[in-house]
Amino acid sequence: MTASLHLWLIPALPLIGAAINGFFGRRFSRQTVAAVALTFCGCAFLMALYVAARFSSLVLPHSEFLAHWIRSGNFMVDFEFYLDQLTLVMLLVVTGVGFLIHIYSVGYMWEEGGFYRFFSYLNLFMFFMLMLVLAGNYLQMFIGWEGVGLASYLLIGFYFTRDSAASAGKKAFIVNRIGDFGFLIALFLMIKHFGSLNFGQVTSAVSPLPIETAGVGLLTSIGLLLMVGAAGKSAQLPLYVWLPDAMEGPTPVSALIHAATMVTAGVYMVARSHIIFDHAPNALTVVTIVGTVTALFAATIGIAQTDIKKVLAYSTISQLGYMFMACGVAAYSAGIFHLMTHAFFKGLLFLAAGSVIHAVGGEQDMRKMGGLKQYIPWTFLTMSAATFAIAGFPPLAGFFSKDEILARAYAANPAYWFIGATTAFITSFYMFRLWFMTFFGDYQGATEHGHAGSHGLGGHDGHGHGDPHESPMVMLAPLMILAVLSVVGGWVGIGGRFEHFLGPVFGERAASEGATEALSRSTEITLMAISVGAAVLGLYLAYLLYYKRRDLPQKIADALGGLYQAVVHKYYVDEIYATLFVKPLVDGSTRILWHGVDQGVIDAAINDTADGARQLSDAARHMQSGNLRSYAGWVAAGGALVIAYMIWMGVR
Amino acid sequence: MVPVSYYLVLSGILFTCGVIGFLIKRNIITIFMSIELMLNGVNLSFVAFAAHWQKFSGQVFVFFVMVVAAAEAAVGLAIIIAVFRTRETLNVDQVNLLKL
Repeated sequence: MTASLHLWLIPALPLIGAAINGFFGRRFSRQTVAAVALTFCGCAFLMALYVAARFSSLVLPHSEFLAHWIRSGNFMVDFEFYLDQLTLVMLLVVTGVGFLIHIYSVGYMWEEGGFYRFFSYLNLFMFFMLMLVLAGNYLQMFIGWEGVGLASYLLIGFYFTRDSAASAGKKAFIVNRIGDFGFLIALFLMIKHFGSLNFGQVTSAVSPLPIETAGVGLLTSIGLLLMVGAAGKSAQLPLYVWLPDAMEGPTPVSALIHAATMVTAGVYMVARSHIIFDHAPNALTVVTIVGTVTALFAATIGIAQTDIKKVLAYSTISQLGYMFMACGVAAYSAGIFHLMTHAFFKGLLFLAAGSVIHAVGGEQDMRKMGGLKQYIPWTFLTMSAATFAIAGFPPLAGFFSKDEILARAYAANPAYWFIGATTAFITSFYMFRLWFMTFFGDYQGATEHGHAGSHGLGGHDGHGHGDPHESPMVMLAPLMILAVLSVVGGWVGIGGRFEHFLGPVFGERAASEGATEALSRSTEITLMAISVGAAVLGLYLAYLLYYKRRDLPQKIADALGGLYQAVVHKYYVDEIYATLFVKPLVDGSTRILWHGVDQGVIDAAINDTADGARQLSDAARHMQSGNLRSYAGWVAAGGALVIAYMIWMGVR
Repeated sequence: MVPVSYYLVLSGILFTCGVIGFLIKRNIITIFMSIELMLNGVNLSFVAFAAHWQKFSGQVFVFFVMVVAAAEAAVGLAIIIAVFRTRETLNVDQVNLLKL
């Protein structure tokens, strides 16, 4: 037994920070609020580093018991923390990227109202996310799972006075609830059939079971239900619709929750449940298909968006699709690898986009940017690193992880690979479109006062800017660190080292990680060349359309007509959902539940009873006249009634 | 032999007269007399049944009723005198101090 690492401290620290800022932050100065938030988040990061440093001396998987939670007959759930290679990777990503984004937020949110509220929520999010990552059983994971949903809701609706933000928050929460429903049923199935939710015990319960190759058996059902949960949290088809709307939140929130950490929880959960999926190939196929289709689908929508954050949002959905594709072909470590590199470059992209938005005074429409390269050189440099990374240029981070996924997809089924490579091309195209539209050409925004756009972020509307200006150092420093990580982050995967590290987690499947090696060396190089070619092609096309011939996109759009309109309107998915689900629900609730059941049955029953009682007593009141002889009359009438009854009974 | 039903009908008529008188008369003394009428209507049915079934219990009941009625008459007349002394009226509708 290895010594206790006090793993519980890692989530507890941000919780304390959240509590301090949440309860007392109103009276603190901004400096104090920032100091509290950064201290507790930073300590969690230091703890994670300490754990990483001690990691090699641990017996894995390392599990720490904290307290009993539920003890009901044979069924027990404890508060316990579980540490293995997968946890460690997630732990470092969450605390590391989270801490950087905390620093960035200090600069970004400085002018905003509700500063303490923001940091309290942010710390609360860190607590739940770390609970999710460190959980030793599914129920504890579910606490974190729901908790990050709550934090996400609170932060999306941070500018709650703005109607769109409030409804975006609700939308995220409700759509997530659909996914959580699936997750919860999966947990119930596990309780019923395995009698435990502990990762270790579930693994040992599932291991001896035969692999379900045909039909929908127990494990396939659990797998599919878990995937429903993952699709909700990680914004996969058909539950992705909340993520683009979630961009209503402040940009650091988009970076932390809706790009780097929370949305990857679904991928983490699938990877954590790999034993179930390994025994249910059909469920895995569904995961692959959902991931692949989402990747392509979201990427195509990304092409036509003009809001800089919306592009990144669809890009996130698309990249998450890649991760699911990887999990689906049982290349879990490739999925986690991409999760990690994605956290770096997508977090950076959002933060840089925030810096851009900050620079142009709250404008988010890329058509009103342009030529920002000379105004905000540092933002430009860091964002370029991220753009090249996500497009998959070697030797940046995205190249290694994406290439790994594509190779594994090819080994499983070339069709997946083909869609994946197409998506890579589209990704490269829309990312460079963003890049060219934002940083090159001439500045399209009005430089004089009073242009504060209606699209703008709450507090950034206020100050009428002059020329775009560079962000303060507190925002640039995290950008630079993330830029370095985006460049070098992929190198840990060279020669399969990352996979080798995660190997023990994914058990015997790790042995077949050799699938990559199964591909011949030449195939591998060809695939690599094709994906690099796709990236370059995307860059060239974007260069052509959005730098050289800026008139062309409009012509192409006109030529495509209906198809282009469909893409601009995100394939009308929101409208379809509104017609298919939201409107019938609202109408049904209004007519049947509200007017029908609530007013017609429940209210009516109570009101009618009350009315009846009043009318009856109104009538009965007149009996009590105070006139003695009328009482006698009632007595006589009663007597007559009794006699009449007795006579009637006697006659009968 | 007069059939018992004749007595019963007469008893019913007497009782009904008593009830009606009780309900519609305003003078306390008249009301009081109506009560006596009801009691005696009942007494009549008692003795009729007693004769019919050749049992004494009916007759004994009648004695009891008479005793109670006598006691009641004594108390009742005393009350009436007391009421008349204080209110100077025998109209029950005006003896309504307890009415709201």
